[in-house]
Order: sequence, then C-alpha cells, then structure tokens
Amino acid sequence: MNLLSIDMTMVDWARAQFALTAIYHWLFVPLTLGLAVVMGIMETLYYRTGSEFWRQAAKYWQRLFGINFAMGVATGIILEFEFGTNWSNYSYLVGDIFGAPLAIEGIVAFFMESTFVAVMFFGWNKVSKGFHLASTWLTGLGATISAWWILVANSWMQHPVGQEFNPDTVRNEMTSFLDVALSPVAVDKFVHTVLSAWVLGAVFVVGVSSWYLLKHRHLEFAQKSLKVGAIFGLIASALLMFSGHHSAYTVAQTQPMKLAAMEALYKGGNDQPLTIIAAINPFQQPDYETTDEPPLKLAVPYALSFLATNDFQGYVPGIRDILDGYTRKDGTREPSLDEKIERGQCAITALQHYRKAKREGAPEEFLAELTAEIKANMPYFGYGYVKDRSQVVPYIPVCFYAFRVMVGGGCLFVLLFILLLWTHSAAPLEGGNKPRPFKERFVEGLALACIPIAYIVSEAGWLVAEFGRQPWTIQDMLPTWVGVSQLGSSAVMLTFCLFLILFTTLLAVEISIMCKAIKKGPQL
Amino acid sequence: MTYLFLQHYWCFIVALLAAILVFLMFVQGANSLIFSLGRTEDERRLIVNSTGRKWEFTFTTLVTFGGAFFASYPLFYSTSFGGAYWLWMIILFSFVLQAVSYEFQSKLGNLLGANTFRCLLVLNGILGPLLLGGAVATFFTGSNFIVERGVPLMGEQEGTIITSRWANASHGLDALLNPWNLVLGLAVFFLARILGCLYIHKQVDEQAFGQHDRIIQPLWRSTILFLGLFLAFLGHILTTEGYAVDPETGVIFMEPYKYLHNLIEMWPLLVMLLIGVVFVLYGICYSIWEKRWKRGFWVAGFGTVVTVTILLLLTVWNHTAYYPSTADLQSSLTMQNSSSSEFTLRTMFYVSLLVPFVLAYIVYAWHAIDKKPLTLDEINNDHAY
Ligand code: HDD
Ligand code: HEM
Ligand code: HEM
Repeated sequence: MNLLSIDMTMVDWARAQFALTAIYHWLFVPLTLGLAVVMGIMETLYYRTGSEFWRQAAKYWQRLFGINFAMGVATGIILEFEFGTNWSNYSYLVGDIFGAPLAIEGIVAFFMESTFVAVMFFGWNKVSKGFHLASTWLTGLGATISAWWILVANSWMQHPVGQEFNPDTVRNEMTSFLDVALSPVAVDKFVHTVLSAWVLGAVFVVGVSSWYLLKHRHLEFAQKSLKVGAIFGLIASALLMFSGHHSAYTVAQTQPMKLAAMEALYKGGNDQPLTIIAAINPFQQPDYETTDEPPLKLAVPYALSFLATNDFQGYVPGIRDILDGYTRKDGTREPSLDEKIERGQCAITALQHYRKAKREGAPEEFLAELTAEIKANMPYFGYGYVKDRSQVVPYIPVCFYAFRVMVGGGCLFVLLFILLLWTHSAAPLEGGNKPRPFKERFVEGLALACIPIAYIVSEAGWLVAEFGRQPWTIQDMLPTWVGVSQLGSSAVMLTFCLFLILFTTLLAVEISIMCKAIKKGPQL
Repeated sequence: MTYLFLQHYWCFIVALLAAILVFLMFVQGANSLIFSLGRTEDERRLIVNSTGRKWEFTFTTLVTFGGAFFASYPLFYSTSFGGAYWLWMIILFSFVLQAVSYEFQSKLGNLLGANTFRCLLVLNGILGPLLLGGAVATFFTGSNFIVERGVPLMGEQEGTIITSRWANASHGLDALLNPWNLVLGLAVFFLARILGCLYIHKQVDEQAFGQHDRIIQPLWRSTILFLGLFLAFLGHILTTEGYAVDPETGVIFMEPYKYLHNLIEMWPLLVMLLIGVVFVLYGICYSIWEKRWKRGFWVAGFGTVVTVTILLLLTVWNHTAYYPSTADLQSSLTMQNSSSSEFTLRTMFYVSLLVPFVLAYIVYAWHAIDKKPLTLDEINNDHAY
C-alpha cells in the first residue's frame, strides 16, 4: 500500500509549520492580555477622577493595543484550522475531546472580545462612560477566557484526562467534561501563562515610558504610566515565580521525561541538585546513555528534589531511569520503555482483532474480552509505534537552555520592577534640561532593553513546554508521526514558506507602525 | 434528549452558523466595491470604516463555525480540512490579509502604502465569498476523498495510519473544476455584494457619500446576476440525483430527486425557504424603489440567514449524506457516521444555551455603535481606520 505511506519529512514540515505559526501568534497574544489590564486600570482611573489626563492615557495604550490586536487575530485563525489541515488524523482521533474547548472558546470568548473591542475603539463619543469602561474590561476578560480554553486544549495534550478509547469508532471519547476543563495541568498553565503575559505587558509599558523619559518627552504621562506599569509588573512577576515553581512541580508529576530534559538529568536519584548552568552543545543531542551528567555542571544542592517533590530528599528520575523503569516513593513501579512498547503493541493488536471480530459478528463475550485487553493497555497505546529508545527522548539542548532563559528572565524582571520603583519614587520630574542622575537613566535604559528580552523569555517558556513533550502530540497516546494528514511534504513545505514570508512581512509592518505610533506619543 | 436529537440539533447549529457567516460576508461584498463605488479618497475611507466596525464579527463567526464543526463533526473537520488542503489554505490566507489590512492601511509607517492594503481587502472581498460558496456547494456535488476507519491505526508499517485522505493530488483545487461549485460560489459572491451595498446605503451618511443612485447600479447588477446563478443552482440540485442513506444499514446510495424529496418530505423547510427568498427579494426591491428606506439590509439579511440554513439542512437531514465522496460512495459522511459521541454533543448542547446571551449583547453593542450613520466628521475626529 504505497499510496498510504507517509514520509517522515512531511511530519517534520508539519511540526515546523505549527511551531512557526504558534510562535508568531504568541508574539501578539501576551501583549494583548497584558495591555488589556493596563488600559483597564487607566480607564478606571479616568472613570473615578474624571481627569482628561487618564482618558488620553487610556486612549494611547488602546491605540497600541489595536495595532497589536490585529496581528493576534490574523495569526490565530491559521492555528485553529491547522489542526484540521495538517493534523487531520489527530483531529479525528481526539476531536471528540479536543474540539469542545475550541468551540467554547469561539462561542464564549472570541465573540465577547470582538464585540466589546469595537465599542472600546469606536464608542468613546457614543456610549456612556460606564458602558465604555465595562467594554474595555470585557475586551480583556474575553481575551483571558479565550486563553483559558485554548490552554485547556493544550493541557489536555500534555496530560490527557477525562477520556476513554472507543474501539467501535476507533477514537478517544470524552467521559468527563469537568476533568478536562479543570485538570490541574490546565489550571497551572492558565495561571502561569496569563501572569507571564501580564509581566510582558508591564515590561512593555515601563519600557515605552522609559524611552519617553530618556528622550525628555511627555514627562508626566511617562512617569505616571511607568508607575502603574511597575507596580502591576512587580505584583505579577512575584506571583509568576510561585506559579512557575508550581508548574515545574506539576511537570514532575505528569511528564517526568520533560523535567529530565529541562534539567539535563541523565541519571536521577534522591537528593538531586538543581542545575544552574552546564556546558551542553546546543546543536547536538548529548550522550545521556553513557555519561552521568553534563560537563561543568554548576548546581544548587537538593533544590531539584525540592522543586519536583516538595521534599529535599525526594527521588527524581533521570532520562535513563525513565527508559529503564524505576520504583516510585509509594512503591509503585514505572515500567521500562520496552515494557511500555510491548503493552502498546498489545493494545494495537487487540484493536486489530476487535475490528476483525466485530466485522465477522463474533460473540459478545469475545468482544468484551478484547475490549478489556485494549483498555488495560491503552495508557501506553502510543508506545506501540515507537521503534527506538532515542525516539522518546526530547531534544535536550532546547529544553535545557530555554528553561534557563525563562527562569533567568523571571528573576531579571523582578529586579527591574524593584529598581524602577526605587529610583522613580521621588518627586515628579520637572521639564527643562536639567541632567538627571545616572542611576535613573541606567534603569530606564535597562527597562527599554527588557522589551525584546520579555518576548524571548516568553517564547522560551513555550519552547520548554512544547519541545519537552516530544515525540508526543498527546502524551503517551499519540506520537507526532501518527497524527499528521496525508499530504505531500512539498505541499506543507510550500505553505510553511508562504507563512514565513507573509508573517515576517506583516511583522515588519507592524513594528514600523508601532514605532511611529510610539514616537507620536499621547495626545495630551 | 436522545443521541439522534442531539445530532440533528448540532447539524442545525452548524448550518445556522454557516448561514450567519454568509450574511456577515456583507463586509467582503462591500470591500470588493471599495474602488468602484468609492470615487474619492473620502468615499473610500467611508467604505473601509463602515465595514471596519463589523469585520470582527465575520471573522469570529468563521472561527466559531470551524470550532463548532470540529467539536460536533470531527470526522468532517479532519477529512475536509486535511484533504481539501489548498482550498482552505487560500481561504485562510485571504482572511489573514484582511484582518491586518484594516488596522494597517491608513497608519503612518505602514511600509507598503494604503492602496496595497486596500487591494488586499478587495482580494479577500472576492476570494472569501467565492471560495466559501464553492466549498458549500461541495455538500451537494461531492468531493474526492476516502475514509477508512479502523484500518488506519493498525497497519504494520507506521505509514498506514491515515483515517481519511484525498484521492487525488490536487488537494481541494479540484472543487473549482466542477462548474456547479463555481455557480454557487459566484452566487454567494454577488449576494455578499448585494448585502454590502445595502449596508453602505444604511450606514454611510448620505451627504458624505453623494447620491443614493450610485449604490443602485451595482445593486441592480448584482441582483440580476445573483438571481440567475442562484436559481440555476437551485434548479440543478432539485432535479439531480442526491446522496441518500439507508437508515437501517447506513449504506449510501444515489437517489433521483433526493433534494426535491427532502423539501417535500420536510415541507416546513420548503415554507421557510420560500419565506427566506421573499425576504431577500423584498429587501432588495423595496430599497431600490423607496430610496429613503434603510431597513433593506436587515430584511435581506434575515432572508439570507433563513435561506442558507434551509439549503444546508437539505443536505443532511432526512437520511442524506452531507459530505458525499465521489471517490468512494460508502466513504461519504452522514449525520450519524461522523458526529461526536453522545456525551460530547450533550455537553456542547448545554454550552450552546449561552448563545442567546451572546446574541443579546452583540445586538446591544451593534446598536450602540450604529445608531447614527457614519459621517466624515466622525472618521476625521475620532478613532478610525
Ligand atoms: C514572561 C514570561 C515568563 C517568565 C518570566 C517565566 N515563565 Fe514559565 N512559562 C511561560 C512564561 C514565563 C509561558 C510562555 O507562559 C509558558 C509556556 C507554556 C506554559 O504553560 O507557560 C511557561 C512554562 C513553564 C514551564 C513548563 C510548563 C509545561 O511544560 O507545562 C515551567 C516548568 C515554568 N514555566 C517555570 C517557570 C519558572 C520556575 C519561572 C521562574 C521565574 C518562570 N517559569 C518564569
Ligand atoms: C496554538 C493554539 C492556538 C489556537 C488554535 C488559537 C486560535 C486563535 C484564533 C483563531 C484567534 C483569532 C480569534 C478572533 O477572531 O478574534 C486567536 C486570537 C487570540 N488568541 Fe489564540 N490560539 C492559540 C494559542 C493561543 C494561546 C496559547 C493563547 C493564550 C494563552 C491565545 C490567546 C488568544 C487571544 C488573547 C486572542 C485574541 C486576539 C489577539 O491575539 O490579540 N491563543 N487565537
Ligand atoms: C502560543 C504559544 C505556543 C508556542 C510558541 C508553541 C510552540 C510549538 C513548537 C515549538 C512546536 C514544535 C515542537 C517540535 O516539533 O518539537 C509546537 C508543536 C505543536 N503545538 Fe504548540 N505552541 C504553542 C501553543 C500551543 C497550543 C495552545 C496548542 C494546542 C492547543 C499547541 C499545539 C501544538 C501541536 C498540535 C503541535 C504539533 C504536534 C507536535 O509537535 O507535538 N501549541 N508548538
């Protein structure tokens, strides 16, 4: 059956295309979520004080929001349909569960967002102050609810719950909506992701304000915006640290291989230290089979055990332990890769027999027996498609470095907001050209430099999450190469290039417009 | 609520969303006329800004339509999107371009110039309705795919794992070779133009836009073309054979006059269809006749939603295969062989009860923004595209 065979490169192009479009989409989403709060706060200040200053400040940030928003919407639509176009087998196998959050996202979130965003932009002179304020907040609420549902969908892929395989329809079907919608992974992901978006928004606000201060323009506006941004940012980034810690804990419970890759932990054990940095070649999968740890490893003693198990002595499995099987603290055993592969193949064979028996009208008891066998081995179904040890180990360098970029960024931003509040809490600046202390200008420069860093940090977080779950599109159930559509690799390669050109051009336009709008400043 | 009821219900919801999408494509219709209807820069800005307050609804409806179809009929989602790859990709590309064009076209620093982005709006204004209309026509005319459930997951090699696949290499572009798909595509395009004209007529200030007569001409022309194409398509499907399902065995077979039979057997749909068509015609004709009457947009829009919903229901209710396969008849998708599980449909049913609330605030917000016609004054002095 030559017609049916898929070339591996097709999978790679499909993955590359999903990664490209998701990365582009994520350039715009966090600013949407972050600015929504900032402009909401400013418009609330206008509502409470009636001061024209806050009205113009809110309008200014809304203008920037609008430019960014358009790109978020444009890049989002591709993602939604890409599940069908590029991952059609996946869409069939899990659509019964995965489709629901996407549909709910459209019905409850996107409509809220798109309705009220129009009132926010065009309603200043048409609706009452109160209704306008409500619209601004509802726009942000809609965006945040949309984040909730898409992250529910994503979390379900990381940790499939509330579902069961149905051998008659040959797909996974939902058994509990609440388990899907409120899975602990989803809660963690939502809290962490939204907080991270707030931090990015706050960095953007203080960065732009600092630029005005450095340039001696719009001083009052810049100072007040900077203060709002820095306070908001400090609160968000402090919370973000806690939720990041909790995310890591959850990853340790649900996706130990991801944690091992993030930490480049080849051989685990008790009392594990947390690596700060180590010399890993970024362009090559390290040799985790024969070495015990990466060279030049600098680490904090016991910290990894604490992070992963909430216990300084806790046991953390490394990559080899996971491949070879290990015993958990509660005495249960995690099977080795070979056992998992065997059980996966068992499930596949049983399914095969089931389909055949069903077609031939076999007796109920026989079918029930096969169903039981399928069910028992279903948790390892995806392993039935695995041929080789190296296939189930994610690409370590990306996970390792991206994780460090993210955590490092998180610490940097906390420091930035503290410094800003410390240096800029004095009496308001006067106009004129009096030179300002170096200390202030230095922190402002740092804030400006942090804008691009915030984007890199935020994308790095997703790289950890998405690379770390390779090769699974759905953890333990569906490897990437079983999920794709049957398309030629040339078709996907072509659309990949088209998206690359299109999105890059649009990004250039967007940045140019954004810079012009910032240069023009608020209309005070 | 039985499983069967839920399946019918979700067909209805998806058909309704598609129909609302067709109605909301007045945005595309009006955009396709930016350069021919708008003679001066001010007029063009008025057109762009009047649709610019609504394009998000069209876009969001498209997204929600996709999501709802995915959740309720995942096998359709995977078969059609994964199979007719190029058709959908072109549609998506044109919508991506549209989404940014509004925001970018009049801004300082847009690098490519206002007219580039307006041309992209025109492009989307033509391709969007045309191709979506063509895609809808395949519900009647069939597509070239094969579904093999069960077989896929079990192959010896990693390769044999595809549930559905396109049977030819053109991946959806073949739909454009069937003239009937083009007929419906063009009909939808002209319908979008009609609605676009009626919207501009209602929403753009008369003084700013010169003469009402300017709108009449494209309205007339589009109406005649639309009627010709639409009636031809309707005549075709009512006389041709259709894809029927045997409710007992699930076997699919060709039945002469299937869609005509559906209309007669489900006679309330026939009544609704006639009502819908009358509303569309009344909305257009009375607008032309009585120039100060501004409700034509709503009347024709309501008629559009009803008509399209009924047309789509004809392809699925009453034991009909809604996504027929021309490559392998038994691969055709029906309401029952492609839906989500009962549990999922029921859960989604409860979610869909929120829709009236969503509609209520949309109506309220729309009304608040559109109370007065759009004037030049407004786009010069307030937030505008
Ligand atoms: C400004 C952005 C930002 C910052 C400063 C941080 N994160 Fe983060 N992180 C994200 C932005 C992000 C993200 C983009 O939102 C991710 C990607 C996927 C997700 O759920 O959130 C993420 C994922 C993510 C994951 C993987 C979750 C998974 O795979 O499911 C872990 C373990 C952490 N984070 C931990 C941390 C820790 C310990 C931080 C310490 C300060 C931290 N993050 C700061
Ligand atoms: C990779 C999977 C994703 C898909 C399929 C997806 C889908 C979409 C779609 C279709 C839109 C446009 C909707 C409209 O008409 O307004 C959109 C916009 C949006 N998405 Fe995503 N999205 C994805 C990832 C994310 C993530 C991870 C988040 C948040 C954590 C997010 C948050 C948003 C928000 C806030 C918007 C509003 C518009 C904007 O971005 O400015 N999306 N998304
Ligand atoms: C918006 C932030 C996101 C970013 C930056 C991102 C990034 C990536 C990257 C880098 C890959 C490729 C991984 C690899 O090939 O090694 C990927 C794959 C994928 N992601 Fe995401 N992702 C995001 C959000 C999401 C969400 C919210 C979903 C689902 C709802 C999702 C679903 C997928 C799927 C289906 C694939 C392809 C299959 C796979 O490689 O496992 N992504 N993403």
